[in-house]
Amino acid sequence: MYVAVKGGERAVANAERLLGEERRGDPEVPELSLAQIDQQLALAVDRVMTEGSLYDRALAALAIKQARGDLMEAIFLLRAYRTTLPRLGDAQPIDTGAMLLKRRVSATFKDVPGGQVLGPTFDYTHRLLDFRLAREAAAAPAAEPAPASAGAAAPRVADLLGREGLMEPATAREAEAVPDLTQEPLAFPAERALRLQNLARGDEGFLLALGYSTQRGYGNTHPFVGEIRAGVVAVEYVPPELGFAVEIAEISVTECDMVNQFKGSANAPPQFTRGYGLAFGLSERKAMALVDRALRARELGEDVGAPAQDQEFVLSHSDNVEASGFTQHLKLPHYVDFQAELHLVREMRADWERARHQTLTEAAE
Amino acid sequence: MSGAAPARLPAYSFNFAYLDEQTKKMIRRAILKAVAIPGHQVPFASREMPLPYGWGTGGIQVTASILGADDVLKVIDQGADDTTNAINIRRLFEKTAGVRTTTRTAAATVIQTRHRIPEVPLRDGQILVFQVPIPEPLRWLEPKENETLKLHALEDYGLMHVHLYEDIATHGRIARSYDYPVLVHDRYVSSPSPIPKFDNPKLDRSPALLLFGAGREKRIYAIPPYTRVKSLDFDDHPFSIQRWDRACALCGARDSFLDEVVTDDRGNRMFVCSDSDYCEGRRGAAAPEAADD
Repeated sequence: MYVAVKGGERAVANAERLLGEERRGDPEVPELSLAQIDQQLALAVDRVMTEGSLYDRALAALAIKQARGDLMEAIFLLRAYRTTLPRLGDAQPIDTGAMLLKRRVSATFKDVPGGQVLGPTFDYTHRLLDFRLAREAAAAPAAEPAPASAGAAAPRVADLLGREGLMEPATAREAEAVPDLTQEPLAFPAERALRLQNLARGDEGFLLALGYSTQRGYGNTHPFVGEIRAGVVAVEYVPPELGFAVEIAEISVTECDMVNQFKGSANAPPQFTRGYGLAFGLSERKAMALVDRALRARELGEDVGAPAQDQEFVLSHSDNVEASGFTQHLKLPHYVDFQAELHLVREMRADWERARHQTLTEAAE
Repeated sequence: MSGAAPARLPAYSFNFAYLDEQTKKMIRRAILKAVAIPGHQVPFASREMPLPYGWGTGGIQVTASILGADDVLKVIDQGADDTTNAINIRRLFEKTAGVRTTTRTAAATVIQTRHRIPEVPLRDGQILVFQVPIPEPLRWLEPKENETLKLHALEDYGLMHVHLYEDIATHGRIARSYDYPVLVHDRYVSSPSPIPKFDNPKLDRSPALLLFGAGREKRIYAIPPYTRVKSLDFDDHPFSIQRWDRACALCGARDSFLDEVVTDDRGNRMFVCSDSDYCEGRRGAAAPEAADD
């Protein structure tokens, strides 16, 4: 009986085997291939790569399959793998201005150089269940090819405003190495490069809710979507033995530039300020950069009070691998602590009963 | 969004004890600093581990960094070697380090623990690695890291003393039964991790090196051998530990921390040692040697 209380090595091994069995489900149903996950659950793969902070579609697809579609679990799997990988060097900053665009919209101007491109978006679909998709082998009608004008130069909208001096200049980091959140412990106050890394890895749901809170008055940032662009960019690396940049990969990213009103301060004239977001693949909801702008409140001399403006609060709680682990650790055995608490509550309870008895006795006399 | 089918997957193998040597070196530096400043929390670049944050990743990283091929490892959770989480962490090191493991406290060179200190006194040369969820003892009083850092730097622990005093004023006693704050080497107020206060006296001048790892919170701290560790209290409300008015139902021990086991739905309980090795040793069962693998 006593042993039964304590679990056991066999139970752990058996649970793992049962998980494998359940993962496969009914063996009569064909098994999912990684290519199917990559191609047909592409947005799940994008999210797992973004929050797993590892750009590898095959590994992300494998993680999703292994996690039975639990994306947070898949993100955790990918992170635990990522941490074992050697670091060969830092890539050059990607140039999103030279992106091969798949989608590009601006909410601030009716038309912009390079045009507005809707791309493969859910935005204007009617959210009606499409029962044709329930029939397997239903081929989607092909989309019209893009007009010849597409592919023309599409400078970033924020840069267009910048030329007029109405947008705060983007500050480039010079020479000094970019800090790496995964190699150094986070300390506060954290500079913007670290904050953006944290937000890129942060949980989409958490950031969505925080961003939403700023729209409802908890740290209003008056946001406009200056531009959302998604597509493919080249990753370049300068091998020390060559001394010049070579292209080593193409990755797909979504970038969002938010434009926010700023009334100016003693040091800066009234102008628009930026909120920035970048995510792998098509991860637009995640990239919409309300929280980055909210976290800049202090450096812009704005009042700081709302949760989304408190960098320690946001950056310490954004990571879903950390949050999920610590919340779920409550399932672990806590017999000892609970016994200690039982002991304490029983003692305090005895004190309470004694005091009450005494009061009642005195009242009766 | 690439059209190609997933590429070939890489072959997968691990370094000794999972972590790469660079990471171990970084963690060892943090440990050395922690030993040099007893009770002070040293930030370190905690890694994602194959076990979830909150499930012992700090302790696992510390253990992985100090483990050598000759070490004998014991892993306990709630005092016992056979609790699910202890089994799982032991399996991880069996798989990735191949070190010898034991359930016997006396035979181990490194013991990783969650929530207990073994009943058998530790000796010189042994290392006890604690898994720590919240390393900051002031966290419940002041959630902001920026503030607690200042309080430690200024040795300003008034907040903690007032908190403990308020407990006495309200409840007649300090209402803390585990994770009871300690003063290490007369300087830093530290969290002993969520061990019951029953175990606090074992921290004081322990011959073993005590290392504390908090993975999610990215902190390591240490209590070097023979360091003075005092549980916070007041002259008129001295620190005291839990006592049971009964003995272990299995081995008859009256000096060990007891787990309460509910035996039926009519209020019957039995009390047994939480330290399974201590209990087995006292019963003289055949278990200890046989359990080695």
